Amino acid sequence: MRRERILVVGAGPAGARCAERVAQRLPGAEVTLCGAEPALPYDRVALGRVLSGEAEAGALITHDRARLAALGIRFRPATPIIALDRAARLAVTAKGERLAWNRLVVATGSRAVRLPVPGADLPGVFVYRTIADVHAIRRAAAGQARAVVIGGGLLGLEAASSLAAIGARVTVVHAVGWPMERQLDAMAGALLASRLGMRRIRFEMPALTEAIEGETHVTSLRLANGRRLPADLMVMAVGVRAEASLAGDLPVGRGIVVDDAMRSADPDILAIGECAEHRGVVCGLVAPALAMAETAAAVLAGSAAAYAPRPDPAALKVSGVAVWSAGEIAPPDAEAITLQDAEAGSYRRLWLREGRLVGAVLYGDTSDSGFYLDLMSSGSDVAPIRRNLAFGAAFLAEAA
Amino acid sequence: MPDIGPAGTAETRTTCPYCGVGCGVLARPDGSIAGDPAHPANAGRLCSKGRALGETLGLEGRLLHPEVRGRRASWDLALDEVAAGFGRALDELGPDGVALYVSGQLLTEDYYAANKLAKGFLGTANIDSNSRLCMASAVAAHRRAFGEDVVPGLYQDLECADLVVLVGSNLAWCHPVLHQRLMAAKASRPALRIVVVDPRRTATCEGADLHLPLRPGSDVALFSALFTHLHDRGFADAGFVEDHTEGLAEALAAARPAAAGAAALTGLAPEEIARLCDWFAATPRVVTLWSQGVNQSSAGTDKANAIINCHLLTGRIGKPGAGPFSITGQPNAMGGREVGALANMLAGHLDWSRPEEVAALRAFWRAPSLAPKPGLKAVEMFRALGAGRIGALWIMATNPAVSLPEGDAVRAALARAPFLVVSETVLRSDTAAFAHVRLPALAWGEKDGTVTNSERVISRQRAFRPAPGEARADWWILSQVAARLGWRDAFAWASPAAIFREHAAVTGLARPSARAFDISGLAGLSDEAYDAMAPTRWPVPASDVAPSRFFADGAFPAGRARFVATPFRAPGTTADATYPLRLLTGRLRDQWHTMTRTGEVPRLMAHAPEPCVTLHPADAAGLAEGAPVLVEGAQGRAVLRLRLDGGQRRGTAFAPMHWTAQFAPAARINAAVTASPDPVSGQPELKASPVRVAAFPAAWQGFLLAPRRLDPGLAEFSTAIPLGDGLWRHELAGRDPAAQAFARLRALLAEAEAPWLLLEDPAAGLHRAALLRAGVLRAVLFLGPDHHLPPRDWLASLFTGAPIGSAARRTLLAGEPAEGAAPSPVICICHDVSAATIRGCGATSLAAVGEATRAGTGCGSCRPEIAALLAAAPRLEPA
Repeated sequence: MRRERILVVGAGPAGARCAERVAQRLPGAEVTLCGAEPALPYDRVALGRVLSGEAEAGALITHDRARLAALGIRFRPATPIIALDRAARLAVTAKGERLAWNRLVVATGSRAVRLPVPGADLPGVFVYRTIADVHAIRRAAAGQARAVVIGGGLLGLEAASSLAAIGARVTVVHAVGWPMERQLDAMAGALLASRLGMRRIRFEMPALTEAIEGETHVTSLRLANGRRLPADLMVMAVGVRAEASLAGDLPVGRGIVVDDAMRSADPDILAIGECAEHRGVVCGLVAPALAMAETAAAVLAGSAAAYAPRPDPAALKVSGVAVWSAGEIAPPDAEAITLQDAEAGSYRRLWLREGRLVGAVLYGDTSDSGFYLDLMSSGSDVAPIRRNLAFGAAFLAEAA
Repeated sequence: MPDIGPAGTAETRTTCPYCGVGCGVLARPDGSIAGDPAHPANAGRLCSKGRALGETLGLEGRLLHPEVRGRRASWDLALDEVAAGFGRALDELGPDGVALYVSGQLLTEDYYAANKLAKGFLGTANIDSNSRLCMASAVAAHRRAFGEDVVPGLYQDLECADLVVLVGSNLAWCHPVLHQRLMAAKASRPALRIVVVDPRRTATCEGADLHLPLRPGSDVALFSALFTHLHDRGFADAGFVEDHTEGLAEALAAARPAAAGAAALTGLAPEEIARLCDWFAATPRVVTLWSQGVNQSSAGTDKANAIINCHLLTGRIGKPGAGPFSITGQPNAMGGREVGALANMLAGHLDWSRPEEVAALRAFWRAPSLAPKPGLKAVEMFRALGAGRIGALWIMATNPAVSLPEGDAVRAALARAPFLVVSETVLRSDTAAFAHVRLPALAWGEKDGTVTNSERVISRQRAFRPAPGEARADWWILSQVAARLGWRDAFAWASPAAIFREHAAVTGLARPSARAFDISGLAGLSDEAYDAMAPTRWPVPASDVAPSRFFADGAFPAGRARFVATPFRAPGTTADATYPLRLLTGRLRDQWHTMTRTGEVPRLMAHAPEPCVTLHPADAAGLAEGAPVLVEGAQGRAVLRLRLDGGQRRGTAFAPMHWTAQFAPAARINAAVTASPDPVSGQPELKASPVRVAAFPAAWQGFLLAPRRLDPGLAEFSTAIPLGDGLWRHELAGRDPAAQAFARLRALLAEAEAPWLLLEDPAAGLHRAALLRAGVLRAVLFLGPDHHLPPRDWLASLFTGAPIGSAARRTLLAGEPAEGAAPSPVICICHDVSAATIRGCGATSLAAVGEATRAGTGCGSCRPEIAALLAAAPRLEPA
């Protein structure tokens, strides 16, 4: 009998992890990992370090050829899959090649959104998603360039910070009054903006982009309030959209709809990572994507695994700025506990509902992130330790 | 006489200004203090308060210049103002419209001058002393029984007795050196038995063989039972009774009903009463020592007489190791009695009831307008003030706004006084706040004169520091006012020695007489001899040989001693459904009166830093220990922190009398006390006031620490506690919303360029803040929904003036390091040893604890508490 063929489409962190685990757990299977990008699987989350020059691109590679070979994974770089033939159990590559599979994992991630404004396609306007994007941005930013980053979310701030690190004069244009509003409350956002301001990153917020201007190359950005920000380059970091185009007639919401076992409506087709929608949620961070990869691999290996979403922790990866958050941020029906030391630059706010921790923002000192994440995940009753909750794990022993 | 000590520093022999034991002190100008080994009262010992005297000498907070209506004034102007104010009141209301309220803190010479001014020249006996609150009942009882106010006992009687009955006396805390002498005697002679009669289980009970926790105010019933027992079982000294006493039959008849109902009236078990009766009956050498628990009662005089009756019946009086013994609370209560500075006494134990004595004094003083009759006693005086019958009042060295019962009414009376003069040493006192004229008096260490202790020993208080600012001796101030009123010649003393000579001469007037108080032998003392005077027990008659003891031979001033009939009377107020508890007020070990001195000394504050009301746990249903509670009486209310103690008698509450508006405005317990004075002595009933205790409905509770003293009106409940090196702790609770209080208090603490650390959990009522400047802690503020707040010690330890470390900074608002140790109260303040250290040292005896931790090896005042800790510690069962 021919070996079972398992095809993992997408060589981002989720896809690479899933392929690795399947290869380990099903030694008899033939595991193929297709990546759209030409690079070996790499840690997308660390792209900022390449942009800032802290790391070479090679340092981000998570699975080099030797490791893939040792795992017995057939790795196909620069092999985007453009369609699936579910009836024939075939995947069609951009070059028209047809790859057979018995079971398939879609890990196509997401693509960066471009703002639908005039000039969005001008040369000098970049998104910030792939290693190729990063190389292009680096080239454009050389020599104290004026850079505008559109979007003050997690990715935008990483890009802005990396650009500032290589000497660019950076302005972040953000639609909300403080950055990272999905992960941070207003206070933490203000602290972060002020801290980044010390690195010569200016903020225009709240501010809406009306147009990107330039003849042959971007020259400026026009805000809805009429102000003009001159720019030599522009990075759009205004969000991502799940890459679910392979779903065909499978149910798709904001991503390919999957069950707790990561199965789509077709039980032989699983979807993981940012292209999947689980219980109505599309994740945007690497930790849940990896957890889904683990679940999918286990399911493929025959285990009765189920993915349990944890509160999504978000950590800003900008050296010298420690920001972390998880769970619900500033939910109006929760009680807040705030601890701040303005001079030391630390701030934390915790949200409780019915005696349970439901959200946390840590700024400046994130050493207790694991402690709070555990409390949120376990749904523990924190009422008995409420008085010292803001002081973190060091006071847990006392309460235990 | 000043000696030259080592290192060339002058060492001065003087006398402690605290309790009535009257210990000798060796003091140096730099404030170093030691007990005087040569003084008969203490032979070198000092208690915790006495040892800390050197820490009370600072000039911070002192009143150093006269003030007229809140503005600094020259002495001339201020004295003119006082003379004019009294002159005006005399014109408008006559002699009965002026009054002096003085103090057992005054030296005998000052006391004499005040009394002479009032009774001799203002022509009023409206001069009373805070001693009215202290031992007026004992004075009255002595006069009823003996015909004169004479304390027959000596301290050494306690040491050579075989039974010491302590009635209403927490000797261990209130007269610690005397208690130590008693404990030392018991240690060397364990057969010496000690009985404590007190509604509370106090520290004094630790060394006792028997504690009789009687119902407050029921002492007469207990001693009636003893009296009839002694009589009926044949323990009376028939010869003594026959030859030297009168009134036995009436006294017995009056005692019978209470004796029969003693168990019910006292709440004691019949066998407990029987044990006291048996021990007393079987022990010829018995001293019954009493103090404020007896005196501060609407039946205080009867209680003292009921005690004296037992001693008269058995002839156990005036003999070594035997006698009734009243001990006073103040350093010179006795001196005040001797000069007659009480509304119902004349001078030198002269008495209005003996016309030849009145005439002699009038002639001696050349005072034709000598007051013809007794005047207003303390409680009456302030009621008269409130009723507008006093036009000018001069208060010296006492703080009636705090210390008198029905405190709110007293304050109202002070507020409406037409003319109020206050002689004070401190700038801020509750009473001085009402004054029109404030006169800066000399403090201990600056003033010069004599005091008399509880065993009739006259000791010199000598100055060893210069007069600060423009402060002056009280006698000088009095004589200057007298001069301005036209009586210069009668007050033309050059020195305290001159006054002492005159005072001594008064005691020789109208003799021969049976008056026991006679120091006319000292009337010719030279200035040098006065300066050098060693502790001297009276009497010191001019001609005769002084008896070494009073009454042993049955010679009483009245001829025969009188058994006083003391039918039992319940307290003057009734505890009922509205006010079900009896409130007893009293002293703490390390505090003195209204804390003007001791409240500023951090290590004296460490023992009991906050005003607490103590209840038996069974009386505290629904109340949380450690939370502030409302203590409400018919006359007013106070807010104190609740303490529970199984040693508190059920149905009673105890609160310290010390706290003032300067330290804890809401905790002035006398606001909740009903006066109910004794009909004979006029002493108010401070130990049986009906109250109820209810939860204080605090919206928040908290504390703050700051390197300065904040206004005590920070919050509805607020206590200021000095922690040393300028650091102050303020304990707080309020009914305003916590977030508002937090903002208000932060605004008070804010400093330029000092950012905040904040912890806020508004839903849980938690608000905490710390202020740092350049990393140096400047203030912390902790508010919470209840009294469960972090310990203050660790936070206080961070106020070093140096930047705090990052680890401490991270947990600063937790109020404790992550591995925080539980706080433990300081027991031994001499060596700063906590209860936890004592419990943890492994020692099981006082001596071993001292060896291991040094606790109890300083002044020794904490030794009863250490003994209690050891007694409470779980013992290992033998294997």
